[in-house]
Amino acid sequence: MTVHDMKHAASDSARLEAVGGRLSRVDGPAKITGAAKYAFEQQLEGLTHAVLVGATIAAGKVTAIDARAAETAPGVLAVLTPYTIMELRGASDWLGNPPSQPTYAPLVREVTFSGQHVAAVVAETFEQAVAAAALVKVWYDETPAIVDLSDGKAGDGIPIDAMTKEWGDAEAAFAEAPVRICAAYNTPREFQAAMEPHGLIARWEGDELTIWEPSQWLDGMARTYAEWFSIPFENVRLVSPYIGGGFGSKALALAHSAVAAAAAKMLDRPVKLVLNRPQNFTSYGGRAATRQTVAIGAERDGKIQSIVHRGVNETAVDGMWVEPLGSVTSIMYATPNFSSKQNVVRVNTVVPGAKRAPGENPSAFGIECAIDELAHELGLDPLEIRLINYAERDPHARKAWSTRQLREAFAAGAEAFGWAKRSPAPRSMRDGHQFIGWGVAAGTYPVRRAHGEAVVKILADGSVVVESSSIDMGQGTYTILAQTAAETLGVPVENVTVKLGDSHFARAGVTGGSRLAGVMTGAVHKAAGQALDELIGLALSDPRSPFQKLQANTLVVRDGRIASPRGEGPDLSIGELMSAVGRDHIETKGDTLPASTTPEERYKNYTTVAMSIPHTEGDYSRYSWCAHFVEVRVDEDFGTVRVSRVVSALDSGRLYNPKLAESQWKGGIIMGIGQALLEEGIVDRRHGRIVNGNFADYMLPTNADIPDIQTISVGIPDPHSSALGGKGVGELAIVGIAPAIANAVFHATGKRVRDLPITLEKLI
Amino acid sequence: MRDFSYFRADNIEAARNAAALPGAMLLAGGTTLVDLAKCGVAEPATVIDISHIEGLNAIDASADRALIGALAKMSHVADNAEVKSFFPAVSEALWQAASAQLRNMATIGGNLMQRTRCPYFRDPANFPACNKREPGSGCSAIGGVTRGHAVLGVSEACIATYPGDLAVALVAFDAEVDLGERKLKVEDFFLAPGATAEQEHDIRPGEVITAIEIPGSAAARRSTYMKVRDRQSYEFAAASAAVGLELEGDGRTIRDIRVALGGVATKPWRARAVEDALKGKALDEATIREASELAMEGAVDHGANHYKIALAPRVIARAILKLGETA
Repeated sequence: MTVHDMKHAASDSARLEAVGGRLSRVDGPAKITGAAKYAFEQQLEGLTHAVLVGATIAAGKVTAIDARAAETAPGVLAVLTPYTIMELRGASDWLGNPPSQPTYAPLVREVTFSGQHVAAVVAETFEQAVAAAALVKVWYDETPAIVDLSDGKAGDGIPIDAMTKEWGDAEAAFAEAPVRICAAYNTPREFQAAMEPHGLIARWEGDELTIWEPSQWLDGMARTYAEWFSIPFENVRLVSPYIGGGFGSKALALAHSAVAAAAAKMLDRPVKLVLNRPQNFTSYGGRAATRQTVAIGAERDGKIQSIVHRGVNETAVDGMWVEPLGSVTSIMYATPNFSSKQNVVRVNTVVPGAKRAPGENPSAFGIECAIDELAHELGLDPLEIRLINYAERDPHARKAWSTRQLREAFAAGAEAFGWAKRSPAPRSMRDGHQFIGWGVAAGTYPVRRAHGEAVVKILADGSVVVESSSIDMGQGTYTILAQTAAETLGVPVENVTVKLGDSHFARAGVTGGSRLAGVMTGAVHKAAGQALDELIGLALSDPRSPFQKLQANTLVVRDGRIASPRGEGPDLSIGELMSAVGRDHIETKGDTLPASTTPEERYKNYTTVAMSIPHTEGDYSRYSWCAHFVEVRVDEDFGTVRVSRVVSALDSGRLYNPKLAESQWKGGIIMGIGQALLEEGIVDRRHGRIVNGNFADYMLPTNADIPDIQTISVGIPDPHSSALGGKGVGELAIVGIAPAIANAVFHATGKRVRDLPITLEKLI
Repeated sequence: MRDFSYFRADNIEAARNAAALPGAMLLAGGTTLVDLAKCGVAEPATVIDISHIEGLNAIDASADRALIGALAKMSHVADNAEVKSFFPAVSEALWQAASAQLRNMATIGGNLMQRTRCPYFRDPANFPACNKREPGSGCSAIGGVTRGHAVLGVSEACIATYPGDLAVALVAFDAEVDLGERKLKVEDFFLAPGATAEQEHDIRPGEVITAIEIPGSAAARRSTYMKVRDRQSYEFAAASAAVGLELEGDGRTIRDIRVALGGVATKPWRARAVEDALKGKALDEATIREASELAMEGAVDHGANHYKIALAPRVIARAILKLGETA
């Protein structure tokens, strides 16, 4: 079956289980009933428990650690300190760059952020470890910390030349433009805040290491462990059957991972280490705080002449993170002159990391608020100005879009929302004590692509097993891969079992950047196609096959039964055929790599991101797109903002499962509401320490904060983006929500809040 | 977590005797004690489980009064038909507090003993200075992140906000807390920090809350609890007001009014200046808004909590206006 056939089959299929069908998550019942066993819920013989001790200063040196009281506390097996933990080798980074230091110290002597791990206690029980950890005394030589971007000591930072994007003469064109706006937009430090905390169980058997750890990237993390402990990659097994939310935070093996694995090695006992909630705010990075200025020069008719953009994000003293702030700025609107530059500023924080749509999310907050400000300045409708400046091709890459259904998104969203009834003036719509505001913003996310592989097995009873070391963190991998295998093989979806989350299965790259579905449906489609070919080949050629004397050229498989295309001759279940020809299974491994790929390149493909395929490769520029229409109600006395309506129209290309895609889009929209109104890591500037690192004080939206959300798919199959025509889903929908809300708040109140989150004191 | 001894009290006398022991703490719903033990603030030597004592969870409410047993669950009181009819502000304060799960566990007596959410109080490992935990050690909050801190009833020793909702309504309607030997006005049961921030309640060793009693009144019958916060549920108040209103026969002159504030003070805060300014006045928006400002007399902010001084009077005014509309 070719890709073309697949598309046809899907487009006219009302079948739930077909690709494109609204099959519910196959892992749902296990999760709802509690049967799903998450990574560190494993019960192991002889399990010990480790608890970390964090630095209480943000910068300085550990001068002494007194572990005597902890060591003699009940149940304590070991206290690990920078002085006693085994030496680990440095590991290469996620791009495959070799380590900058030959050794790696997950417990530090040089403290660069508050909460950094300085010691760990291992005990027979968790409670004993907690009690003993409180007895570890640490002395420091404290030095002044740079607490955040606004710290006087922070400076202008380091220019990141790779982020510079320029064409035309942006500054001159801005100076000459008849209409100009320029404003600064800030986003705070935000956290992924997954319900499932980070943690792991590590067990050594000789020089073989098994790690049970929630993971967005088994093979990448397995590589890191292998390098830390100087053992072959094949000796590390990572198991991550279910993940309770990652949002970008669970792709890397981190310092606490190294501590647990080292403790297990040193004690020769399995060790469980789970970060408590405050530690989940300091042990790995959330979204970096960002600052942007956006200057737009335009003609009086609204046509943009120039965009000048400057961005800054925070990074760590001892690690680099670039949050690409010009990513949306440079492609959303057509402009003859453009300039975007970015610096990073080192502050005393854990190195920031990926949180849903890193780069695109804050980038869209700047440009999508700025365009709204320009529309207001010009007296134009915010939707109209976006259409006036619609980019017909990628203005930066100067290539055609593979597909860009953004105009369709604006139209469908506006229609469903009733945008035409909007009263243009700010503060002109109200209901009692509530101002009502309507705002719009667009979003986008590149189609990140890579090569993948999968194993498909047809068993003796006709059932099918799909195996991959990719993962399901709630987005629906188990489900869409079952649908893909079922449709390709012609078997009922309930006959397909998908096995994920074990690094001993077929390899897989990182699950991030919304790339998994496109990569893995392609790989499973290929592997299943090979299995189908082998099955039909057996049926046609095996002397024991009842089809052998049919003299047919091919056979078809439908609903798990195999027959000739025209129905004459035998009609057997797959199991009956397997039995007739005496086979107990068929196994195929399919991958989408070029045939010339070397084993080294294969390893690199799955354990680093160095072989990702650029989204502007070849003739096309590939992105997902969306348009958000938002209604807010702002209390005139209290300044409280509540989102009362969201309509979003989204172009993710073809949807492999619309039900799951809608669920992911809504999740992104909800996360965007939190970002716009609630989320902020608050730092005590005297100590450089997050003081709201828990779920009571780090505000996330509750059900009561979330209105009905309508999502509309406007995508069409994009053959340039993936084998089956889909584009990215998971990252897309958060992009543009915060500016849509900020724009709606301006429409409601006449106040332009450019610093997230939009809390009540900014409006009263 | 430290080891502690556990004692299950089967009757109130046993509970009182055990509560007199040094380092003893009472366990009812557990929603505060377990939480504080986890963050290292509560380190009881003995936990006295009073949750099995019979007869302490009754709710007996009528127009004349409400008598609520200390072990009644928040959710049960919030849902009680008579409480809703005769003391609506009490019901509304309860159902806007915490989450459904917590309200199903937490008791009324325990609710009165709820402690502040000051992040410095709750993090002894990182912030050793806290006059509430360690008298004389100082206050880490002053000079720090103060967005949620109090502006009324503060001292140089402590600016921690009283976080609860129920007690705000209780203070507005002159409720009493029954400690066995003593009965106290709820307003007097809570203590402002002054120089002794560690003393939050007027309760002595061996005393156990057995009930609260709320006298009925026309103002209690026509009452509401308005809570303003960053998100719509499961959050403490940025500012809240419990308000009760009784009008003269003309339907517009205020005969009796009760106003208490939450989220802005170190204890549930009765705003008598607002009440006095409005008694005998017409129910008029401008008058109400002007009088509501009087609640902030003596308010002291610490920067990030300055907005509360503007916000709290608006909450009072809106709550009164809401009651006026329901005439």
